[in-house]
Amino acid sequence: MSSRDSESQVFTPRPALPPPPRTVGLAGWARQNLFSSIPNTLLTLLSAYLVWVLVPPVIDWAILSANFFGDSNDACTGEGACWVFIGQRLNFFIYGFYPDPERWRVNTVFILLALALVPQFFPMVPAKVRTWLGVFALTLYPVLAAVLLMGGLFGLPFIETSKWGGLMLTLVLSYVGIVVSLPVGTLLALGRRSGMPIIRTICVLFIELWRGVPLISVLFMASVMLPLFLPDGVNFDKLLRALIGISMFWSAYMAEVVRGGLQGIPKGQYEAAAALGLGYWKATLLVTLPQALKLVIPGIVNTFIALFKDTTLVLIIGLFDILGAVQSAIVDPAWGHVAIEGYVFAALCFWVFCFGMSQYSQGLERKLHTGHKR
Amino acid sequence: MMRFAAALVAGAATVALSTSAAFAAETLDAVKERGEVVCGVSTGLPGFSNPDESGQWSGIDVDVCRAVGAAVLGDADKVKFVPLTAKERFTALQSGEIDILSRNTTWTLTRDSSLGLNFAGVNYYDGQGFLVKKDLGVSSATELDGASVCIQAGTTTELNLADYFRFKGMEYSPVVFDTSDQTVQGFSAGRCDVLTSDQSQLYALRTKLDDPDSAMVLPEVISKEPLGPVVRQGDDQWFNIVKWTLFAQLNAEELGVTMDNVEDMKSSDNPSIKRLIGTDGDMGEKLGLAADWAANVVAQVGNYGEMFERNVGMDTPLQIARGLNALWTAGGIQYAPPIR
Repeated sequence: MSSRDSESQVFTPRPALPPPPRTVGLAGWARQNLFSSIPNTLLTLLSAYLVWVLVPPVIDWAILSANFFGDSNDACTGEGACWVFIGQRLNFFIYGFYPDPERWRVNTVFILLALALVPQFFPMVPAKVRTWLGVFALTLYPVLAAVLLMGGLFGLPFIETSKWGGLMLTLVLSYVGIVVSLPVGTLLALGRRSGMPIIRTICVLFIELWRGVPLISVLFMASVMLPLFLPDGVNFDKLLRALIGISMFWSAYMAEVVRGGLQGIPKGQYEAAAALGLGYWKATLLVTLPQALKLVIPGIVNTFIALFKDTTLVLIIGLFDILGAVQSAIVDPAWGHVAIEGYVFAALCFWVFCFGMSQYSQGLERKLHTGHKR
Repeated sequence: MMRFAAALVAGAATVALSTSAAFAAETLDAVKERGEVVCGVSTGLPGFSNPDESGQWSGIDVDVCRAVGAAVLGDADKVKFVPLTAKERFTALQSGEIDILSRNTTWTLTRDSSLGLNFAGVNYYDGQGFLVKKDLGVSSATELDGASVCIQAGTTTELNLADYFRFKGMEYSPVVFDTSDQTVQGFSAGRCDVLTSDQSQLYALRTKLDDPDSAMVLPEVISKEPLGPVVRQGDDQWFNIVKWTLFAQLNAEELGVTMDNVEDMKSSDNPSIKRLIGTDGDMGEKLGLAADWAANVVAQVGNYGEMFERNVGMDTPLQIARGLNALWTAGGIQYAPPIR
């Protein structure tokens, strides 16, 4: 027995074999994702070749051979990018014609905007603080920014809008466009779905009129035709005309986006709100509109991004937004061929803002996700 | 509001021409009351009107307006510049948004007669020319038969080019681009043998080539492009002021009065100089200006030659020779009637 005992086999678990080396690590990942089939392998090789051909020259141009320091065209060797040009013209690209001693006002407006918006990206900031900052950004901030930028009050010298330009003008145009178009668009969407014939007709007419013409022609009408019809001496500000044009135009687009959301809500929601005894405004503001807006966040942000980029069209009415400022600077004969540097810089500025908006909207979607997503 | 509605109706009925009449003889008073001259310029044309690093406008078209500011208000800095695109420039003037349009605008019969505007003079005689690569071995535009030509689309340049080649019985193939920047890129990349544009622009475009010395401007000029300041028709006093401000600069150059010596010239015995700088006669009064109007212009903006050299001359990146724009006494065609 004892011998049998000693011979009895005790189960000693052996550690599992490692997975075959071909399926783990970098090699395994590459095998599965890059070289799983012949077409896949060919595509991988082609992509690698393209990266090899394209990326090193771009890096070389933009960084390695580029010139960063100096104060004139002489500092540029001509082999790489001439970032000196951007550095020298940066003030013009950001402030336009805004007088030098008053630029702190623009900076203050920028900083306030950053203070109000950047915390929205960080969940660790208490929700209450973020809400208040958001309310500030939509209500008090535009007024404060207008006073600071325009001046003429509290001892600040008056700066006429013809001196505004560059990134600052782009932000003013798009911020006003965004802040005006969402509420106006929402009202128009509600109006279009209203049962009252006069309101509905007005809203439909407004939306179809503004949506039916290109933004360029709106701006042209505002800047070329309107002055001819105004009485002598009445000249209202070119920037204001552009702002009104942009706001009206995008309100019409926004109205259709929001209407899409309103139609996407199940009818039961409307009926349930009515059954609870809620009136039109309460039902709309507490039940249907929040759901509708949540549903169309991607559409709304899409419209915002399009609006942001379309502000460059003010170029054709002689306002210097950031692209206009870049374009007027690259023709300066004191500099060599700097067009690419200028356009890359402008593109980068636009990308930063558009990407920021897109990221924010995705964060918002995650936050408001209540399990209805399909 | 009623006024606005009434104006809308009236405006719809009449439009541009009638509006200009309403401004008759008002511009000078309006400018004095406002304390600044409002001047329409381009959205960026090197040497003519372009904002610099600090957002200050400079160029020969800009200086025309600064000169008017000096003549009328005694201060060349009391000018507000309004950048305008080619399409909106005439409307801005007709509607009273600006007092002077100084935006490399070519003086033509159609514009002079049908827009309700007056051209007050010529501050730059331009003309369409050709830029070629030196290694093409061409020294005259008559040797360009069969060439491919880079042009900017939708400009009078395109029409002038077609006229010229048809008239000379030569063939060419156009390569059309949208902006002047793309045009020069195309030329640089060898898409065409020749680039055509206004001569003043050819010099600016040449600086954008990788090797500016590899290209040259041909001597032929195939069109007349006299560029000058424009004012509204119907206000003869303002028209005279702008016209004579330019003439004063030309006369100053002819008489040797410069920015530096204008103070000393006040003790000059030359009767022409005395009339110009206001130590004799009542020339300023006749225009409705102060006696030292022209002295202010020369002291703050310079005479015509100084204005030319500072903005587009040989010491600037554009390196344009005086050519047609030299005084009539120096082989050019810049000629001003006498101040007397």
